[in-house]
Amino acid sequence: MDSVAKRKRRTTAVLAGLFLILFVFMVLDLAQAFIPLTFEEAFWALLGMGTETDQIIIWRMNMPRVIMAILVGAGLGIAGAVMQALFRNPMASPYILGLSSGASLGAAVALTFAVTWIPQMLFVPLLAFASCMATLFLVYNISSVGGRVPTETLLLAGIAVGAMLSALVSLLTYIAGDQMAGIVYWTMGNLTNAKWENIMIVAPLIFAGGLIMVSSSRDLNAMMLGDAHALDLGVEVRKVRLQLLVASALVTAAAVAFVGVIGFVGLVVPHILRILMGPDNRVLLPASIVGGAAFLMMCDYISRTIAPSIGILPIGIITALIGAPYFIYLLRRRRSEVGWD
Amino acid sequence: MLTVEGISFSYREKPVLKDVNIEVRKGEIIGILGPNGCGKTTLLKLLNRNLKPQKGRVLMEGADLEGMSKRSIARQIAVVPQSNEIRFAFTVRDIVSMGRMPFLDRFQGESGDDTRIVEEAMEKTNIKEFADRLINNMSGGERQRVIIARALAQRPEVILLDEPTLHLDINHQFEVLDLVKRLSKEEGLTVVIVSHDLPMVVKYCDRMVLIHDHKVHALGTPHDVLTPESMRTVFNINAVLEYDGALKALAVKIIGSCSNGH
Repeated sequence: MDSVAKRKRRTTAVLAGLFLILFVFMVLDLAQAFIPLTFEEAFWALLGMGTETDQIIIWRMNMPRVIMAILVGAGLGIAGAVMQALFRNPMASPYILGLSSGASLGAAVALTFAVTWIPQMLFVPLLAFASCMATLFLVYNISSVGGRVPTETLLLAGIAVGAMLSALVSLLTYIAGDQMAGIVYWTMGNLTNAKWENIMIVAPLIFAGGLIMVSSSRDLNAMMLGDAHALDLGVEVRKVRLQLLVASALVTAAAVAFVGVIGFVGLVVPHILRILMGPDNRVLLPASIVGGAAFLMMCDYISRTIAPSIGILPIGIITALIGAPYFIYLLRRRRSEVGWD
Repeated sequence: MLTVEGISFSYREKPVLKDVNIEVRKGEIIGILGPNGCGKTTLLKLLNRNLKPQKGRVLMEGADLEGMSKRSIARQIAVVPQSNEIRFAFTVRDIVSMGRMPFLDRFQGESGDDTRIVEEAMEKTNIKEFADRLINNMSGGERQRVIIARALAQRPEVILLDEPTLHLDINHQFEVLDLVKRLSKEEGLTVVIVSHDLPMVVKYCDRMVLIHDHKVHALGTPHDVLTPESMRTVFNINAVLEYDGALKALAVKIIGSCSNGH
């Protein structure tokens, strides 16, 4: 059994570890170039004390990608944590509820049918968000039974709608012709094209969504016991749930819009942290922000260095290849704590 | 204290309650009794506005619940729900602390007062020794006490209990209701218990309400309400009711179901 003192100590240790991983892989990732810098060179250049070339590599070439990785990882991490709590289901994630597919359909449409009256840089996230929200309300309405939204129907509707939307993305990919390579690359998740202009759009969206989520963490704790418990404790359950769903759509769309579909972050990171730290969302949500960022940062470094002869691998492949086996290992080892018994 | 005024409620077209009137008095334990599916739990949900009546209103010390926020209702009325299955590994202290939620703003931490109230609630319910244990590893009876402690931490005027004995072994049933009775007397708490457990209600409640055919069939002390006629109408059983001098309580002797010719 898990004692509270042990859990507290472990929480502190895990948080410290996550910050360390985040920092180390951030510096390593910043050092990436045609001829990579050493860790020390990258570290000093980060503090503004390296050579001019080093500074250019760090700040101009690599920093946008690193910041995008942190933002997207943080966003997917907290969105997954919130959805798992909201639906009292360890399997919930932006992907399972069809939100990722919804956002990617919007983005794929925007990538395929460029319009002239709005810059593509805005068109992609806009359509991703619109399509993500539409998916959310579609799934929500399909699964609502007489004013209630049971978890089972919600998850099933999410999976069905998600499968349909994924098929539409594949169809678009198939008929897209010239743009096909770009979309294929994008559906596998890709941080390479991150630009400062994109970050200016993604950052505020993820900050706003994250703030709504963190500020609802106490309500979310009560909702994990069941809607009736939360209502009895004075939580306006329908209102809070709607706010959190919209915030999740916002964060997912922002994360998917420029870097494509990166799976497993939202599912695995909060899950692992809940096993290690316990279910209290006041601790878990901030930890999922750090954990998601650290995980994606690490995966980006690996995607760049693991196969130098092939070049940079799509990051979505790495997150799934690392995330899935670890996830399975944890499920086998600690069944009772994840509700599998 | 809590007044139910001419409430009618139906799910879709199906009537559940028709023109129900009940006055809950301060400091009493009142039992709402009726066969399964008679609308008892619905009535309880109407009492703290988890559901809204189609007709009529519920007043808390004269104030219509309709005009109050869920938060301010939760500061006065606490609920111990029927199902307390909790899958997530919260500690007992985490759960009891949730009783302070209606008093805290979004970013406000728990104060020394809140901590003291939580500790007190755990002492009163004798769960302090397992404050650090995980709720998902506990038995039904222990969880019931944790949820009662959470209700106490809300410092409410009224506690609503929904079938408090349903999933408990018989010794735990008495334990939980003894606890409720003691708390009611010590704290001057008003308690509303919904149950289909006739002997329990008779033993622990000051007054009782019999629900039959979507309406209040009778309201009063067990002595007044429980008659061979009401037993026959409401529960379809033949019973003899007599005062047991040794137990100092009303004893219900059930002879059998009316439909079997007993």
